[in-house]
Amino acid sequence: MSSLLARFAENSFWIARYVERAENLARIIDVTETFARDEHGESDWTPVLRLHHDEESFTARYGKVDAANVARYYIIDEQNPNSIRYSIRAARENARSIRHLISLETWTQLNVFYNWIAGLTRRNLKLGDLSRLCAEIKEGCQLHYGIAAGTLYRDQLWSFYRLGTFIELCDQTTRLVDIKYHALLPRATDVGTAIDVAQWNALLRSASAYHGYRRVYPQEMTPATVAGFILLDPRFARSIPHCVREIRNSVTGLLGNAELKHLSFAPKALDELGELAGWDVDKVIDYGLHEYVDRVQLRLIELGEAIADTFFLARYSAA
Amino acid sequence: MVAKNSELFSDYDSGGYYCEMFGAPAGRPPAHTDKIRKRLGRLKAATLKRRASATDRELFNLGITFTVYSEKDAIDRVLPFDVIPRIISAADWKIVESGCIQRVTAINKFIQDVYHKQKILKDGIVPTELVTGNPNYRREMHGIDLPFGTYVTVAGIDLVRDTDGRFKVLEDNARTPSGVSYVVENRHLMQRAFPDLTEKIGIRQVSNYGMKLREALAEIAPPGVKKPRIVLLSPGVFNSAYFEHVFLAREMGVPLVEGRDLIVDGGYVQMKTTGGLLQVDVIYRRIDDKFLDPVQFNPESMLGVRGLFEVYATGRVALANAIGTGVADDKALYAYMPRIIRYYLSEDAILDNVETHLCREPEGLAYTLANMNELVVKPVGESGGYGVVVGPRATKAEIAEARARIEANPANYISQTMVGLSVSPTLVGNRIEPRHVDLRPYIITGRKSWVLPGGLTRVALRKGSLVVNSSQGGGTKDTWVLE
Repeated sequence: MSSLLARFAENSFWIARYVERAENLARIIDVTETFARDEHGESDWTPVLRLHHDEESFTARYGKVDAANVARYYIIDEQNPNSIRYSIRAARENARSIRHLISLETWTQLNVFYNWIAGLTRRNLKLGDLSRLCAEIKEGCQLHYGIAAGTLYRDQLWSFYRLGTFIELCDQTTRLVDIKYHALLPRATDVGTAIDVAQWNALLRSASAYHGYRRVYPQEMTPATVAGFILLDPRFARSIPHCVREIRNSVTGLLGNAELKHLSFAPKALDELGELAGWDVDKVIDYGLHEYVDRVQLRLIELGEAIADTFFLARYSAA
Repeated sequence: MVAKNSELFSDYDSGGYYCEMFGAPAGRPPAHTDKIRKRLGRLKAATLKRRASATDRELFNLGITFTVYSEKDAIDRVLPFDVIPRIISAADWKIVESGCIQRVTAINKFIQDVYHKQKILKDGIVPTELVTGNPNYRREMHGIDLPFGTYVTVAGIDLVRDTDGRFKVLEDNARTPSGVSYVVENRHLMQRAFPDLTEKIGIRQVSNYGMKLREALAEIAPPGVKKPRIVLLSPGVFNSAYFEHVFLAREMGVPLVEGRDLIVDGGYVQMKTTGGLLQVDVIYRRIDDKFLDPVQFNPESMLGVRGLFEVYATGRVALANAIGTGVADDKALYAYMPRIIRYYLSEDAILDNVETHLCREPEGLAYTLANMNELVVKPVGESGGYGVVVGPRATKAEIAEARARIEANPANYISQTMVGLSVSPTLVGNRIEPRHVDLRPYIITGRKSWVLPGGLTRVALRKGSLVVNSSQGGGTKDTWVLE
C-alpha cells in the first residue's frame, strides 16, 4: 500500500521534532549549568525561561529562579509542555500511533527511555549531577536517531521524519546561540580571561561544535567566529545551511513519490530560509543577531504550516 | 509400570470428559492423534516447560497483547498460550465446516428477510418482539440491498464438544468477532518453537486468512468498482483488540484507519492521505454500529465518520459486517436457530444447539427457576462471559443473586444445560493436566462462504473452570485440522 495516511505522516514528523527538542533542551540546560558554576550564579538561569516565554508560569509554580527549580521544571515536570519529560512522552505517543509502521526497536527504545525519565525525581537533579544527567538524556535521544536511521524503511514516513528533525534542529540551534550570545558579550573585566574563553568553549561543546570549530579556527575565538560557525558553517551538522539542505533533500525525496508527484509544494518560506542560510556572520551581526534569529524562526514556523497544509490535510479538520 | 514413551501422559486423567487427545473416556485413543502423542511422549515435562517459556517471551517481545478491563484498571496482558496443540480429525472437521457454512448461510438469509419482507416473523417462526425489540435492530437498514445478500462477512461460531464427542453450537457471533489473529500467530509460534512436533503431520494451513478476507471484501464492493480500495476501520490504539486490527490490516495489505482519517466528500467516503483525498470502497469496520456515524447513530461518538451511513445506504461504500447484524447473534434468538435453518434451507441443523430455555417464555422461566442448580444462566446482552452463573459450580449466595436478577428482568436471561465441555491436555506447571476447551471457527462470506481450517481453541486455565474467555483468565492453543 503506497499511500500514507496524513495522520501517520504527522506522527512521524512530530516524533522527530519532539526528540530533537528534548535533546536540545538537555544541551541548553547543560551549558547553562556550566556557566552557573562560575560566579554569575542564579541570574544565568533566566535566559532559559525567557527562551520559552515561561517566566510567568514558572514563577507562579516555583517562585525562586535557581538551578534546582529550573532543572525540575525543564526536565521532570510533566505539566510543563516545554519539559524534556513532556517532549519524550509526546514522542512516544506519536510513535504508538504508527507502531505498525516503525521498527520494533524504535518503539521499544522510546518506551524504555520515557519510562526512565518518568522515574527521575528531585534527587537525580542535584546540581553536581546535572551535567551527567543531561549527557544521559542526550544519549537517549541520540540512541533513538541511531535506531531510526538504521531501521526505518526509506519511504514517505522517513522523509517526514527527516523534515521534522531538521526543522526542529534549525530552530533549536538558533535558540542556543541566541540565549548565549548576549550572555557571552564580554564585560570589560572578563575579556581575555580564563572565564571568557571557558564560556566560549562551553557553548561550542554544548553544540558538539568544538572539534569542527578548531579545524576551521585553530587559534582564534571571538563571539563572532563562534556564533558564525555554529549558525552558518555549512559543514557543521547543526547549522542553518546544513539543516536547510537536508530539508530541501527531504522535500525532493517526498515529491519523487508516485502518489505525491501531482502536488505542488514550493513554499516561499523555504526559499527565504535558503537565502538567510547564505549570510555571513558580519552581515548577521550588523543586522542584529537577535533579529536575524527571529527571522529564521518565523520562516521555520511558516514552513511547518505549509507542510501541515499540504501534506497533513490540516484544512480537513475533525467534524 | 508406565510405558516409557508415554511418560508425559503417565498420570493424565480426563476426568470423565471427552478428551481432544485421548478421545472418549472409556475408549482407545483416536488414531488421528497417534503421531502427536508419540512425539510429545518423547519429551519430558520439564523440557516442554522450558520450550514453552520461550514462546511466552516471544509473545511478549512481539507485543501480542490484549487489554483486560475490570472495575479498577486496564492492564495489558499477554494471552497465555499453551503449547500442546488441539487436534481435529479431517472427518470431524467436515462436520464442523459444513455445519458452520449452513449456519452462516441461514443467518444471512434471516437478516436479509428481517430487513426486507420479514416473512419469518409473519409466519410466526420467530417472535417479532425478539427481533424488533432488540437494541441492535436497525430500522434504517430496511430495504437496503447488499451484494449477494451478504450481511455477515466475518462470522465466529462458538462450538463446544459434549461428552458424547459431538460438536454443538454455543453461540453465534455476527457483529465483530475477534480472535483470529491469535489463530495465525499461535500457528507461527508453534512452527518456530516446536518444528519437531509440527513437521510432516499434514496440518491444514491458516496463513491465508488475510488473503481470503481481502478477496471476500473485494467481492462485496459496490458494483462497477474495478479495483476497490479497502480499509480497516479501528477505534484506535487503546482498544483492547488493537493488536488484532494491526495484524489483520497487515495480513490483508490494507490501510489501518480511524474515523478521523475518513471524511465524506463528494458523496463518497474519502481517506485523508499525504497526496490528498482517496476514495474508499469497502470498510472492514471493527467498531460497533452505534459508534459508526454521529449523524445517524450515537451523536457523541468520536470514533466514526460523519455521514457514513448515507453513503452506505446509497450503495457507494460497502461495510463488513453490515449494519444491523446484531439481530442475529442475540442469545435469545440463538434458541430459534434450528428452526431458522429449517425455514430458509429446508434442512436439519448439522450442528445442534445446546438445549436452551428462554426466560422470556413462561415455561422457560419456570423451568429455569426450578432447576437453577443444574443450569448455566446467561444474560442475553453481555459478551465476554460476564454475568454467567454456572449452577452446579455456584454458591448458594450466587444462585440466589442470579435468581433475583432473572425475576427482575426475565427477558434478559436464558439458561442452558451444562455441557460437559471436552478437555485437552494442558501444560500446568510441570505436569500435563486436562483443561476444558471450546472452539471458534471463523467463516468468511463474500459471494460464497469459506471456513478457516481450525479456528481459535480457547482453554480455561483454572482447574475445573468452564469459562474460557480471555477477559477472564483463559488462554489459547494452536488448533490443528488434519489433512
